[in-house]
Amino acid sequence: MTATASNSRRVHLVQGILFWIFRLATYFVLACATYIFLDIGIKGSRTVFTSTPPFINVPFLTEPPQTLYVFDYEGKKMALSDRQFRQWKVEHPGTEVEASSIAYSAGGIWPCIVGTALLVIGSMILALGIGISSAIYLSEYSRNGPLIRLVRIAILNLAGVPSIVFGLFGFGLFVIFFGWNVSLIAGWFTLGLMVLPAIITASEESLRAVPQGLREGSLALGASKWQTIRKNVLPYAMPGILTSSILGIARVAGETAPIMFTAAYAMKDELPWQVTRMTDFFFQGVMALPYHIYVVSSKIPQNEYTERVQYGSAFVFLFLVMLIALTSIILRERSRSRLSW
Amino acid sequence: MVSVAEMSEITSPTVVNQTAPMPNPANPKVERGMIEIEQLDFAYGTNKVLHDINLSIPARAVTAFIGPSGCGKTTLLRCLNRMNDLIDSARITQGSIRIEGVDINASSVDVVDLRRRVGMVFQKSNPFPKSIYDNVAYGLRIAGTTKRTLIDEAVEKSLRSAALWDEVKDRLHVSGYGLSGGQQQRLCIARALAVEPEIVLMDEPCSALDPIATAKVEELIRQLKEQYTIVIVTHNMQQAGRCSDHTAFFYLGRLIEFDDTTKIFSNPGQRQTEEYITGRFG
Repeated sequence: MTATASNSRRVHLVQGILFWIFRLATYFVLACATYIFLDIGIKGSRTVFTSTPPFINVPFLTEPPQTLYVFDYEGKKMALSDRQFRQWKVEHPGTEVEASSIAYSAGGIWPCIVGTALLVIGSMILALGIGISSAIYLSEYSRNGPLIRLVRIAILNLAGVPSIVFGLFGFGLFVIFFGWNVSLIAGWFTLGLMVLPAIITASEESLRAVPQGLREGSLALGASKWQTIRKNVLPYAMPGILTSSILGIARVAGETAPIMFTAAYAMKDELPWQVTRMTDFFFQGVMALPYHIYVVSSKIPQNEYTERVQYGSAFVFLFLVMLIALTSIILRERSRSRLSW
Repeated sequence: MVSVAEMSEITSPTVVNQTAPMPNPANPKVERGMIEIEQLDFAYGTNKVLHDINLSIPARAVTAFIGPSGCGKTTLLRCLNRMNDLIDSARITQGSIRIEGVDINASSVDVVDLRRRVGMVFQKSNPFPKSIYDNVAYGLRIAGTTKRTLIDEAVEKSLRSAALWDEVKDRLHVSGYGLSGGQQQRLCIARALAVEPEIVLMDEPCSALDPIATAKVEELIRQLKEQYTIVIVTHNMQQAGRCSDHTAFFYLGRLIEFDDTTKIFSNPGQRQTEEYITGRFG
């Protein structure tokens, strides 16, 4: 065998092994993702869907969490929610049962969905307002100097701060120092700050993607700088800004750490709009999906009855995040086809 | 023929005071749309790109800037409507540019107003991602014109001036991006004309166009000079010869020669000009 032939065989062998490693790495990711989605999908759909019309477990989506009571009655195992249990006791007067209670494991997650939605809307309005403004300043007005470089480094660093640190910061500043207590508004500011770097970076990129020729063309027609930005830059950057922001929404909706000290309650009976004064609306804590999942998974004793709410919540949560991501993709594709230069 | 000043009265009454020719009692020779460049030095940071430029650009004529790449002709053109303000380190280090006798770099001059009077057509056609109508109406709306009939009139007149009306009159409300390259460039010219400038600067307006589209734009330039002062930067010597009245030849940031186009092309005064024109360098 000649030297070149053996060399070529070695090259092929190395290539074959490496490709198999790459392939296995990809399959591994696929397997993990499939397992997670299947596990949550199968176990969660047992909670969310029913075998009888309307096939969706409406109470799970519309009721607040309740305590589950489990007891033996005439040889039958009964599992009743708080409300059902009280009714049952009325229907069976004089019956004494030894019921064990399991917190949060009956009823639904409606207050958590509402709380998460409110947290997302408020924090995104804040983050978009501040983020787009500073992106306009950075990309359109500022001149590159030491100060601007410092600002950029600060933004990059802010993006790398762990979310629990944002939570502690929000707790220290908004909850304690400003005296807002655990409240929606403290959560808005904490979450808003957390996504701000992502929004600024995405907005700046979208603004820079608008061709310089459009700015020059507008300025050459006697438009002021602000008119140019307002009429001939921002409208074309907006789809990109919103697309990236929707991915920011997924992050805001998903984070537990920033809200556990600042905005989230483990349990609250009233819905957010059931307040006596309008101003109380902003200064009330809310339930939130990720925090609820955390609570039912780690703060209560685990047994066969807790799985229902855990997987159900995770399933609904996953579904909502997927919905947001899907919206972002559709928006992006639609704006791409409309604007092309 | 209606004068430009009268037309601007029709279309945008708010702009009239700014666009009307300013009689200058001290200097009766000042003519509407004339440009005087005096001892101009210009630098990007420490890199000096224009040296001691002295040039009087006559009104209502076509003046071509020619010269090899990097000779500063585009930079000089962009000085005339202060487009170089957009570049951080760029500045005029010496000398002045006067339009109708007024130094355009004086602190009292509003750059927004200057750019309305000195329109520009760019090398790469840059229609806005809007309808043809909205492209042309853009400058008027920016200037505060809201009356629909006025805008309609101005759009039609500008598109006619740019020899584009017949090709687009049935699809005014479709995107300007749907036009061909040559049509896009004429749309940009129409857009510039809509705000009734006195001077139109053109930075290699035909460099991306095919010969037929180029011929149309050149024909347009020859027509426009009846109303506008036109300054055109071009790499194409034949183009300068075909459509300009005066030609300025630049080399390495200096103005080598400025004369009637026929004189420059038949009997240039400088050896460098002759060598460039005959294709021996550049």
